[in-house]
Amino acid sequence: MSFFTPENLEKAKVLVGLYPDRRSALIPLCHLAQGQRGHLSHEAIEEIAELLEIQPAEVMGTASFYDMLHTEDVGKYLVGVCTNVACLLGGGQELLDHASDVLGVSPGGTTEDGMFTLEEVECVAHCDKAPCAQVNYRYFGPLGNGDFDTLVDDLKNDRLSESVPPHGVLSRVFRDAPPMVPLEIIHQERRKMDEAKKARLAAQNPDAGGKQ
Amino acid sequence: MSTKIVTARVGVKDSHTIAAYIEHGGYKALRKALLEMTPEEVQAEVTASGMLGRGGAGFETGRKWSMLKQDLVKYLVVNGDESEPSTFKDHLLVENDPHQLVEGTLITAYAIGASRAFIYLRGEFAFGLERVQAAINEAYAYGAVGGNIFGSGFSVDLVLQPGAGAYICGEETALIESLEGKRGYPRIKPPYFPAVIGLYGAPTIVNNVETMSNVPWIVTNGGKAFAALGKGRSTGTRLFALSGDVMRPGNYELEMTSKTFRELIYDSDLGGGLKEGRSVKAVIPGGVSAPWIGPDNLDLPLGQDEVAQAGSMLGSGSIIVLDDHSCAVRAAWRITKFFNRESCGQCTPCREGSGWIEKIMHRIEMGSGTESDLDLVLDACDNIAPGLTWPPQQTTICVLGPSIPSSVVSAIKMFRDEFMIHIKEEGCPFVH
Repeated sequence: MSFFTPENLEKAKVLVGLYPDRRSALIPLCHLAQGQRGHLSHEAIEEIAELLEIQPAEVMGTASFYDMLHTEDVGKYLVGVCTNVACLLGGGQELLDHASDVLGVSPGGTTEDGMFTLEEVECVAHCDKAPCAQVNYRYFGPLGNGDFDTLVDDLKNDRLSESVPPHGVLSRVFRDAPPMVPLEIIHQERRKMDEAKKARLAAQNPDAGGKQ
Repeated sequence: MSTKIVTARVGVKDSHTIAAYIEHGGYKALRKALLEMTPEEVQAEVTASGMLGRGGAGFETGRKWSMLKQDLVKYLVVNGDESEPSTFKDHLLVENDPHQLVEGTLITAYAIGASRAFIYLRGEFAFGLERVQAAINEAYAYGAVGGNIFGSGFSVDLVLQPGAGAYICGEETALIESLEGKRGYPRIKPPYFPAVIGLYGAPTIVNNVETMSNVPWIVTNGGKAFAALGKGRSTGTRLFALSGDVMRPGNYELEMTSKTFRELIYDSDLGGGLKEGRSVKAVIPGGVSAPWIGPDNLDLPLGQDEVAQAGSMLGSGSIIVLDDHSCAVRAAWRITKFFNRESCGQCTPCREGSGWIEKIMHRIEMGSGTESDLDLVLDACDNIAPGLTWPPQQTTICVLGPSIPSSVVSAIKMFRDEFMIHIKEEGCPFVH
């Protein structure tokens, strides 16, 4: 049984092959899983661990560090309102309060119909559009209360499906060329490098090798 | 007409595509570097340009490259984890001119002899990730990246890596950890900087997106031409991200030191001034890690050393303006809340201190603070950055910790009266 769809599994394998150490694909694979399922389910974590040849606890332990990686179910649309200083000066806190009223959930909560999860987010680098919000990491701003209501209405009625794709920031990111410098070459040179280092250290301290 | 380097193609139709990029001179610099110059010559031009890193620390790029330990395997990592609050310059570059970033990265990879190059972009930049990956794909098809680039014999692959929402990953060693698929915990340095032990334990150069975006121009026009712009150590142009209480917030590329804070804020083609009847109360230069400067410093030129001499830093080039209708306590509290949330949790002074400072600042803002809270909050700050000096002393692995006191100490120093009003009147006197 596979968590990833055949298409995503193919993408996952391409991603794993890009790095000298396959664990580097951890975050990209988590994004890929979220694109498919919205959040990181147990099955997703186990399959990612298998692909990376590490333990599921290691995937979980890393994923739990990052704000964008959700281990619990989230709504179809992740609405993040920025209240950091530039947005604060432009009314970001008031926008968050309004969003909370309109959606009927506190920051961190998901609406009963599973449409929206509201989040209070830190600066999203759109300070010239303060106050701003992101929906599935697509940006909107500056947003007055009325603009926010229109945005919610558009999302509810599927009018923004073109500009706001599903979760997973990699849902529209495709790498269409494999790496051309084979990893074996990098690994080979790395081995040479490590051996040279070992030899150098041994020469500096001839006793060290013999004692252990 | 001022010189535009990194934003020269912003506004050009389809500026993100390789067709538009090539039409406007793109990939000529990479050809020149690979076919006509040795890696050492490219490095020499960048050193001659005097370009300071555009990420925030302002270290000379050429010097950084020269410190790279020479070994068989080396890596180049581009830092596009733009998350310093109110910094939004890199997102403009990755979305509007991704090929310039790709070209600069490839030239740098050649100059330092990188085995593989990575562009680490902030996870929230969904659109930027699309644009950069599309540019990388186009560059592969064009033969500008991959095997035997332009027939030069030089080969390198370029990999795009998304982050996943952690401010600390902008710190270069945390970024490397994150790129290795781990929690973004900064590494202890010195003794070993990434130039000696970096990604996968190999020597690594980490450079900012804007730094990389300047490289093609430097190769085309020469380091001397770049150094001719600006003054002193502040060479070239910089992308200033202006936000807060100004009429025209936005990104403005300016020759360094050519304008003052006042001109950036008030010129009609730049910030456009403040709302009618308002005046500047404070400016936060260089991101929220920087100490604030007052209206008396508005005539400082926008240069690295000029701002440093005034007791702050130019940092990431972001400038937040607070007008006289904004509450200094509230702004400082919100900045502390940010640091508290983003502290990675490794070091006690930062993890615990940021929480305490945030709580005390919040209760002052909400009207339940006491006069002794001011000493208490300064004492907590002193535990993170002993002496409360600038540049700060450090009790933590990375500089996130000692950045926490900047805004709080500035606010108390500059607006003690305002704190007292909050305490005496049991609430915030400003209308939000």
